[in-house]
Amino acid sequence: MKAKARLTKLLIFISSLLPLSWYVWGILTEKLGANPIETITRGLGTWALIFLLLTLTTTPLQRLAKWHWPVANRRMIGLFASFYACLHFMAYIWLDQFFDWPAIGKDIFKRPFITVGIMTLLLLLPLAITSSTYAVVTLGAKRWKKLHRLIYLISVMACIHYFWMVKADTREPVIYSSILFLLLSTRVFWLYRKIIRPTTR
Amino acid sequence: MRHMKDTDIPSSEITPQRLYNARRDFLTTSAGLTLAGLLPNTHAKLPAGKVSSFSTTEGLTPFKHVTGYNNFYEFGTNKDDPAIHAQKMRIAPWQILIDGLVKKPKTLGFEDILKLAPLEERIYRLRCVEGWSMVIPWLGFPLSVLLKQVAPLGSAKYIEFFTAVQPDTMPGVSRQVLDWPYVEGLRLDEALHPLTITAVGLYGELLPKQNGAPVRIVTPWKYGFKSGKSIVRLRFTEQMPQTSWMKANTTEYGFYSNVNPAVDHPRWSQTTERRIGEFLKRKTLPFNGYEKQVAHLYTGMDLRKYF
Repeated sequence: MKAKARLTKLLIFISSLLPLSWYVWGILTEKLGANPIETITRGLGTWALIFLLLTLTTTPLQRLAKWHWPVANRRMIGLFASFYACLHFMAYIWLDQFFDWPAIGKDIFKRPFITVGIMTLLLLLPLAITSSTYAVVTLGAKRWKKLHRLIYLISVMACIHYFWMVKADTREPVIYSSILFLLLSTRVFWLYRKIIRPTTR
Repeated sequence: MRHMKDTDIPSSEITPQRLYNARRDFLTTSAGLTLAGLLPNTHAKLPAGKVSSFSTTEGLTPFKHVTGYNNFYEFGTNKDDPAIHAQKMRIAPWQILIDGLVKKPKTLGFEDILKLAPLEERIYRLRCVEGWSMVIPWLGFPLSVLLKQVAPLGSAKYIEFFTAVQPDTMPGVSRQVLDWPYVEGLRLDEALHPLTITAVGLYGELLPKQNGAPVRIVTPWKYGFKSGKSIVRLRFTEQMPQTSWMKANTTEYGFYSNVNPAVDHPRWSQTTERRIGEFLKRKTLPFNGYEKQVAHLYTGMDLRKYF
């Protein structure tokens, strides 16, 4: 790997850890407000969604802006999405519910936004597990690609999870969903072009 | 968010009661500097209210959380929005119109309201429908005192209250998150119950704007959103009022909204709550712990149906 590419990777890695560092710093200095547990739980969820959207932005950046470094780091960005999603889940289980399993079970089955949230996480985990080059080889590139297309569904579910969580003000989920819509539209457009004019690139 | 002095000890290291006292000392020594920002042209500190027997002895939620973590959607839907944006709200002069099914409607100014009854300190639990709670030392007097200023007609069954709408000072009302003005209501017997108060202050001073200055309602056995803030109108009605939250989501918000661990909100379990400042959740009590005082208001009613 060239030095420049390695530096890019390192910079992305460090910046991806900044949100987590902020929450750790916030806990230590009591800067997370009156309800720090809520701030952490929700914040980690938002960051998981942001990283999902960033993962989906890499391809359009390559095709439209001819930037190659985002795609080159897509695997890591995607892994950070899973990382924040797991932390989000852990914050819920540990900080919010403090391992009150009956309450957690009831939540999962009775509250639609939590049901969707858990399903989203369960779909995301196989992608994280099969992120290694070894997994690509074992599964075969074709099957691996098919599996990892799940990210489209996962992102939509993550947005639904957000929509169903908010009480009345849907502004933030609307913003994230609009970005997702835009990102997915590029795929639909490319797919359409591929089917209609398969020879043109 | 409004902060206390840098020298202030972190809230986690002292008991809320001590913080309260510290706050009081702070107020008396700072020559009203802090309060000048809260209320430009009125006296800020209120006479110490006589302690009510309805008060709880539980530890108080620190002032900074009571005044920094608020739901007041007129100023935005984030918890810190009210503390940031509410300071421009005009609260003087302030008038409350009492009308509807009354012999003669009446308009009362804030100064008149202050003179209606001696202020009492009511230390109440406040339970939000979102699953968190606080303990707040309110200053006020029974709402019944205010309602008795007019002669309601026999047909009056409910009281509907309206929060102010000031589009130029309330950034939140430009978006239809809720149907403005914010409307809440109580059955007349609930409104006349001695636990229901008209609050004009907290922590020994006039209500901060983010807490619903200058006059708000507090019904401690109901979820927080029932306690309307910055009240400009009280209307006696025969029909059950359609509240803003009922209009926003009929299946999730009912008229009564009594704190009830047995009836879940579709999005939150109501069996437990997090007291602000505490790590572990605690059990939510029926009627927020005021069962003895208010349960009789609902005898024979199916509280699952009338949630």
